[in-house]
Amino acid sequence: MYSEEELLPLSGIQHFLFCPRQWALIHVEQQWAENRLTVEGRVLHDKVDEGKPESRDGYRIERSIPLRSFALGLTGKADVVEYPLDRSSALVPVEYKRGKEKNHDADVVQLCAQALCLEEMTGTSIPSGAIFYGEPRRRLPVVFDEELRQTTQQAAADMHRLFRLGETPRPVFEKKCKNCSLLEICEPKRMGRSGMGKEWESMLHQCLSERL
Amino acid sequence: MKKLLNTLFITRQGVYLAKEGETIQVKEADETLLRVPVHTLQGVVCFGRVNASASLMGFCGERGVLMSFFTEWGEFLCRVQGPVSGNVLLRRRQYRVADDVEGCQAVVRTIVCAKVANCRQVLMRAIREEYDDSESLSRQVVVLKSVLERAARPGQSVDVLRGLEGEAGKAYFGCFQSLIGEGREEFAFQGRSRRPPLDRVNAMLSFVYTLLVHDVTSALEGVGLDPACGFLHKDRPGRPSLALDLMEELRPVIADRLVLSLINRQQVRTRHFRESEGGAVLLNEEGRKEVLTAWQKRKQEEFLHPMLEERVAVGLLPHVQAMFLARYLRGDSEMYPALLWKG
Repeated sequence: MYSEEELLPLSGIQHFLFCPRQWALIHVEQQWAENRLTVEGRVLHDKVDEGKPESRDGYRIERSIPLRSFALGLTGKADVVEYPLDRSSALVPVEYKRGKEKNHDADVVQLCAQALCLEEMTGTSIPSGAIFYGEPRRRLPVVFDEELRQTTQQAAADMHRLFRLGETPRPVFEKKCKNCSLLEICEPKRMGRSGMGKEWESMLHQCLSERL
Repeated sequence: MKKLLNTLFITRQGVYLAKEGETIQVKEADETLLRVPVHTLQGVVCFGRVNASASLMGFCGERGVLMSFFTEWGEFLCRVQGPVSGNVLLRRRQYRVADDVEGCQAVVRTIVCAKVANCRQVLMRAIREEYDDSESLSRQVVVLKSVLERAARPGQSVDVLRGLEGEAGKAYFGCFQSLIGEGREEFAFQGRSRRPPLDRVNAMLSFVYTLLVHDVTSALEGVGLDPACGFLHKDRPGRPSLALDLMEELRPVIADRLVLSLINRQQVRTRHFRESEGGAVLLNEEGRKEVLTAWQKRKQEEFLHPMLEERVAVGLLPHVQAMFLARYLRGDSEMYPALLWKG
């Protein structure tokens, strides 16, 4: 169990799964850069936050619900939680994403982390949730099975381990770097290389031997 | 590499800066003179009687736009810091390296070597451009070479390196007058004088160094380092020692050459200065505008960064070097590659 002050932002889980270094740059190094994707994401979120609570058949819709879990050590917000009017059904967390469905499970794990927080806070069990993707506009149901729950718990534990170390993982350039909003801060290609010392000393030697 | 963003300089007296949505508004009385989107800026620098709203200051802090205030004469007053500034873990490393003899020596060695090498390049370039007085310049080029050879030896104490840096500075500024073209009696230079500057050349050097300190401080805070804890410059309350350290290698390249070209191209004339009681010489408002314009232009020039192997705007140099320094302090790279300028 974590204490209240050890809680890490839940939103970091998706960064962490995309790239632990990106997560460390944001959450440990406090670096943040906007790119088109993050700005559009914020605009979409603002829309979600602005909206008044409304209802969907059989459900009351609440927005921006504060969350935390002492078991996972996370705190954050759910975009939307749907509360059943009939008390015997379960709550449904819904996450809004501006883009397409991704080929990795960062979004799904983030939603599952929200569900685990809600379970801990309400003492009820939450079997499933949904992700709403902006393009194309569709609602994707997500079942919180045992495997997904374990993946989520593992990700939260790994994140805490890295945070305790206070280390930022070194950069490794990969294809996915091209879509990363922190590319210019991370500079994985040039700043990440080794052997700089040798190179610099030989430049210095050149300076010394340079004649008029 | 990230793009070079603009710095907004406010030299007009009595204006008011406010936040409007995502933009900065510059107002005079009830009239809006200018609107600038904040995402196009990396800094806001105000001289003299300029006011700003608290919400604008907070907004700039949040967006990593460094806002500094100076007196009308370019003396530093204050800078605005937002809610989150830097990474405390990285700063602790920085303090540890500053307390660690070997770690400190390694950084100071590369900084001093690069500074001496870059000063020497400035002189050699002037000789190549056939200045009349190239003999005194050549003599100092030889002196600087011997200083550089001594500084380059590994494992020297920080005190020895400080001494060498001082020796290099004396040699370099000792022949600085020779870098100013013939018939410029009005720009006589008798060595560095800082508090206060006693001649026109010193007035310009001090002013441009002030601008450079602002940019370097902003770059250091941007990567999460503490501008006050240095390696070459000893800590002194109120002194941005690390910013001064990182400036050393950049001074000759960015600042000194700008001052020389402003004088030699006669863009700055005697009418751009005023002398105060007691002999201090300062740029007047027109002079400051002239220098600021040239400064902004200089920052946009691109050159091939030897270590990055890509073209970089001069104005991004503080940021690039701050990034290299942060990586060294964090242990991601084995050394700090100070900038060796290729003339």
